[in-house]
Amino acid sequence: MADFFNSLFLLAVAIIIVAGSLFSLVAAIGLNRLPDVFTRMHAASKAGTVGSGLLLLAAGLHAGELSIFFRALAGFLFFILTAPISAHLLARAAHEVGYRLHEKTVMDELRRDRPLE
Amino acid sequence: MTALGLNLLLAILWIAVSGSATFVNFLFGFLVSALAIGLIREQAEGVSYLRRVRFILSLTILFFKELALSAWKVATLVLRRDMDLKPGIFAFPLTVDRDFEITLLANLITLTPGTLSVDVSEDRRTLYVHAIDCSDPEGTKRDIAEGFERKIMEAFR
Amino acid sequence: MMAETLFNFAVWLGLAILSVAFLLTVYRVVKGPTLADRVVALDMLVGIVIGFIAIIAVKTGFTLYIDIAIALGLVGFLATVAFARFILSRQTADEEGDKADGARAETASHTNTRRVR
Repeated sequence: MADFFNSLFLLAVAIIIVAGSLFSLVAAIGLNRLPDVFTRMHAASKAGTVGSGLLLLAAGLHAGELSIFFRALAGFLFFILTAPISAHLLARAAHEVGYRLHEKTVMDELRRDRPLE
Repeated sequence: MTALGLNLLLAILWIAVSGSATFVNFLFGFLVSALAIGLIREQAEGVSYLRRVRFILSLTILFFKELALSAWKVATLVLRRDMDLKPGIFAFPLTVDRDFEITLLANLITLTPGTLSVDVSEDRRTLYVHAIDCSDPEGTKRDIAEGFERKIMEAFR
Repeated sequence: MMAETLFNFAVWLGLAILSVAFLLTVYRVVKGPTLADRVVALDMLVGIVIGFIAIIAVKTGFTLYIDIAIALGLVGFLATVAFARFILSRQTADEEGDKADGARAETASHTNTRRVR
């Protein structure tokens, strides 16, 4: 019975690993397919964070020790906290110095309120 | 955030950082964080934190749900053969006005489906959000106002 | 034993998927076309490397790797912040002739439809 649960646990970790790396792959594909820097940021900051976060969680789970799991969890939370901040900073800097949005862009109310001087 | 909630959080962080999840270590972390909070007790006022903790928990659950959803949405968008994007930046009128709440809302918006906060206006009344699908900015604004913003108001007011 | 085999396979599969993601992201770093694109891609690269380290932690059972991953995440975040400040301080969006002259002449446009790329 313990053996059965052990296998189940291993399988769960395996699924998390594959899912995490697939999310990273999707983020990388998005980085190449999306048209401008702002839309690319979407892919990197969402799918990318989830991808590396899941892999870190898998490492914490696989160790099978509470302290290590908590450490991995703290790392995961740290990534979740910093990813939006760096995306936000980059987007703000890029927009402020005048990187242009893709031609399909339907509206830009920030440029309307704060035009380039 | 109330003193005790902060205290518990810091104690858990202590366990995570020091790397031994024993009861004694938790107590030690609790004491150290209590000392640290004592140093800044002007900022950490404390009333009815149980209710607040419940709201913060529900905010956290909502956040993780949205995070999973957003990663999934990006995945399906990227893997579609023809990407019919309508990106755009819309101005979101803020109801929350404290720095801490604006920061939290901006971070939550960035990690939810299809939106990425770009900038805050000087007077802190407007948050500029880049949406990957900006065909219905009014609907997106309503979603944010009724979802995250309301939850933040509940949790921290 | 079945689960064990599947688990090892999942670890290798994860490494392979991450390698593909890594190469795709490197392609974006090389191709650009703008500085902001490269910074986004570099940020993503750090995320993928964190994933690699996490998988290696699982594979070797050496949990110290988790701390290394967290430290790398911290460094990556700081690097991205520094890059964002750099973009902001350059005060120009032109790179490799991507932005045409007179891009700044047209200021208060509501929709942002001009494009050269």
